[in-house]
Amino acid sequence: MDVIWFLVLSAFIFVIGAAGVLTRRNPLVVLLCLELMLNAGNLALVAFSRMHGGEAGQVFALIVMVIAACEVVIGLGIIVAMYRNRLPIDVDEMSELRG
Amino acid sequence: MWFEQVMFFIAALGALAGALGVVLLRNPFYSVLSLVAHLIALAVLFLLLQAEFLAAAQVVVYAGAVMVLYLFVVAYIGGADEPLGPEGGALARLGPLFAAAVGIELCIAFAASGLEALDSQGADVGTGFGTPGQIGQLLLTRFLIAFEAASFLLLVAAVGAIVLARRRRGLEEEGPAVGPRDRGPRETAVEPGSPARETEVLNVRV
Amino acid sequence: MSATSYGWLVLAFPVAGMLVISLGWRWLPGRTAGWIGSAAILGSFIASIGALVEMQDLPAEERHLVDVAWTYAATADFRADVSILIDPLSVFMCLVVSGVSFLIHVYSVAYMGGDRGYARFFAYLNYFVFSMLLLVLAANFVLLIVGWAFVGAASYLLISFWYRRGTATYAGIKAFVMNVIGDVGLVIAAFLLLNETGQLDYLGMFERAPEVFEQNDPTIVWACLLILVGAFAKSAQLPLHTWLPDAMEGPTPVSALIHAATMVTAGVYLIARTFPLFDLAPTAADISAVIGTATLVFAATVALVVTDLKRVIAYSTISQIGYMVLGVSVAAYSAGLFHLMTHAFFKALLFMGAGSVIGAMAGIQNLDRMGGFRRSMPFTFITFTCGALALAAFPLTSGFFSKDEILAYTLNRGSGFVILGIAGYLAAALTAFYAFRMVFRVFYGDAVPEAKELEEGHLAHGEPLNPMTLEPEDTDVGFPGPEHHIAERSWPMKFAMVPLAVLALVAGVVGIPGVTDTIEHFLEPTFEESTYAADHPSESAEWVGLAAGGIISIASIYVAYVFFIRRRGITLELRDRYRRLHDFLEHKWYFDELYDAVFVRPTATVGSFGRRVVETDFVQGFIVGGATGIVRVGTSFARAIQTGYLRAYALLLLLGAAGLLLYFLISAS
Repeated sequence: MDVIWFLVLSAFIFVIGAAGVLTRRNPLVVLLCLELMLNAGNLALVAFSRMHGGEAGQVFALIVMVIAACEVVIGLGIIVAMYRNRLPIDVDEMSELRG
Repeated sequence: MWFEQVMFFIAALGALAGALGVVLLRNPFYSVLSLVAHLIALAVLFLLLQAEFLAAAQVVVYAGAVMVLYLFVVAYIGGADEPLGPEGGALARLGPLFAAAVGIELCIAFAASGLEALDSQGADVGTGFGTPGQIGQLLLTRFLIAFEAASFLLLVAAVGAIVLARRRRGLEEEGPAVGPRDRGPRETAVEPGSPARETEVLNVRV
Repeated sequence: MSATSYGWLVLAFPVAGMLVISLGWRWLPGRTAGWIGSAAILGSFIASIGALVEMQDLPAEERHLVDVAWTYAATADFRADVSILIDPLSVFMCLVVSGVSFLIHVYSVAYMGGDRGYARFFAYLNYFVFSMLLLVLAANFVLLIVGWAFVGAASYLLISFWYRRGTATYAGIKAFVMNVIGDVGLVIAAFLLLNETGQLDYLGMFERAPEVFEQNDPTIVWACLLILVGAFAKSAQLPLHTWLPDAMEGPTPVSALIHAATMVTAGVYLIARTFPLFDLAPTAADISAVIGTATLVFAATVALVVTDLKRVIAYSTISQIGYMVLGVSVAAYSAGLFHLMTHAFFKALLFMGAGSVIGAMAGIQNLDRMGGFRRSMPFTFITFTCGALALAAFPLTSGFFSKDEILAYTLNRGSGFVILGIAGYLAAALTAFYAFRMVFRVFYGDAVPEAKELEEGHLAHGEPLNPMTLEPEDTDVGFPGPEHHIAERSWPMKFAMVPLAVLALVAGVVGIPGVTDTIEHFLEPTFEESTYAADHPSESAEWVGLAAGGIISIASIYVAYVFFIRRRGITLELRDRYRRLHDFLEHKWYFDELYDAVFVRPTATVGSFGRRVVETDFVQGFIVGGATGIVRVGTSFARAIQTGYLRAYALLLLLGAAGLLLYFLISAS
């Protein structure tokens, strides 16, 4: 298989994830779309690793997975704290970091 | 050969469908499930790229653990069906547009660049490529620092999650000398099935 | 002890008095502060006598001693010391200043009794006497200017002594501002002289000046004119005279001391002291003579019509100082200074008497409300009349010899000065008239209620009023106290007035032309190098002048007698007939209105323009507002980005990423 197909697919998935981050209002879904983007990155890494023959790309992809997991944990923790404090679960409502 | 191509297209379609499902489905629960499907498709793609260990890790860790965590939280918080169509005004309408712009740029980068290597099938790799043994060896020799840092990060994240999601009690209930963790889990006077108890369970899991 | 040591003692006593009173006033009961102040000045007077005796022991050529206490700065071109000069002129001034000040201090011990600012008053008075003595004893321009400024400050403090009165504080500010105008002139003059002669020391500069300047050199003329500015501001001559009548807001002893006997004579002293410079600039001396004459005529006309008792005496002061200025400008130095001395005596006496009368009137100063005090206040009547006789230059009084000597010298100079002399005689007639206008209005005629009460033994006690605006006032701190004092009932006041009355009558004996001439001989060592030293009028000319003056004086007194006693309503008829002239005179020739229109209003307009347009609109609005506005506009874009919406931030991230990608794409192709 041409490696380029994987890269193009990765680009599409990344773009879909970006559109989702920008469009959705539920922070849970925003985090999901963030996961999409990370996975797209993973796919690209693995594709390049296959292309060059070194396993460094796969190791990086593994580390990315770890980081994604950590980020998900913290993000969900924040959302749960928001829910506990009876704040609306809506990214547009959380606008106190304004200038 | 043809098997690989067919598998590629099926997995690619599955990945794209999953991605679109995440973005377009209104019910957050369905979005999560859609992402799970996407992840499994991605695992197939990893197999096609001879990254066996990674594919297994993706399914077990990512789709198996992280997404289940997501499901728990979605079940806890709920989240109503969002109405279709962005309501954030012009900003949200512009979003997909710019995302598309990025996509086009990336495609141009891939297609129009003179990367000859992208035409190839890839380098010749031995049979041990992508096996757990190889990955493990790299992790413990060449990428040791990254490995250790990642594990440290996991620890930090775990502690952070506990701190974030603990139940904070108001000080006026107990007086200044008493901290918020004085009551052990058993003495928490909550009924079973209440959100507090589920969260305590969740915390232990994380 | 040497003469200069006595000189330092003269300065030390008032300083000591001031320090003791100002630091220890809490522990000084009753009138102790007053006695301490008076004792300090008595010490000064005795030290002055000591200096006199020591100095007269020296031969005439050596009678200018300089003693340097401390060198402030000594460089190649410039030397400034703290030094005093003991010569006949300064000793003469010391004696007059300390002697009259002592008597006024004693007068004030009783007059200011009951005032809550009693100790403050005596501290200020001692400070003033110190400043004045410093001024006359200074041996160089630097110390002179220091004393000059101190005296101005003391005058301000004492004019606005009753500081809760608005009229008093305005008067103090007015006096101070006009004094500062004079200070500026004096300082610039000192600079000019330093620049040309390289000296600030009197003796050194007076030696150098003829070598550096020719007759009527523009620089020396300007320097002398600027000295005149300083002198006229301090001595209240035209055009810087408007502060003196308003300065009558101060307590009567202040008027007596500062604005009659001492401070206002500082200008005359200055002109006499710098006579070598005026010798080199005859133009300036002539201008000074003309202004002096103009002033004395002007003030005499105004004194004819003003109704406030103290202001009549104030205008009389302006007029008499005009005589002194005329005297020292025509090089009749000893005559001018002799008049300074006699004027100090009779003017202080007149003010003291006026203070007594005002006390009997419970604070009212209006002549129209006074009358018939002859029977109830005999002592005041007699002493006041002595002063008035001296002021009117009645034959054989002190004023007779001093004033007419000045006029004799003036006429002797010939040519244009004859006109000045004739003007002087005219004003002398007016002077005698208004002097006895006061006497006849206050003491003769029908007794007013206050006088009747006093005859029965009750001192009038009216509501405390501001004498100028007749608004009711408090008697708390910053206002006059509740008590009123008259000479008949306080022995300190009598003690002060008697010597002055005697001196006013007989002090002329030291200046009888041809017979004694004591003052002239005494001051000779100082003035012998004057160009006009030998330019005396002949004895016969002097006696003719004296006779003329005497006749004019008697005639004017008789006219006053007719106006005010025989045909009493005549002044009212005259006023109605010449209403315009009367108003012109009563408004002091509209000088105050003129200055208000020319100086005060434009300055106020500029000030309000500055506040409104420059400060508020321009600086606050344009510069400050503009600077902040630019920052605000410039950062409004950055602020607009900070919406707080997560999705907007994500969009910006994406845009950034797209931009970067674009850049890489382009640079790679």
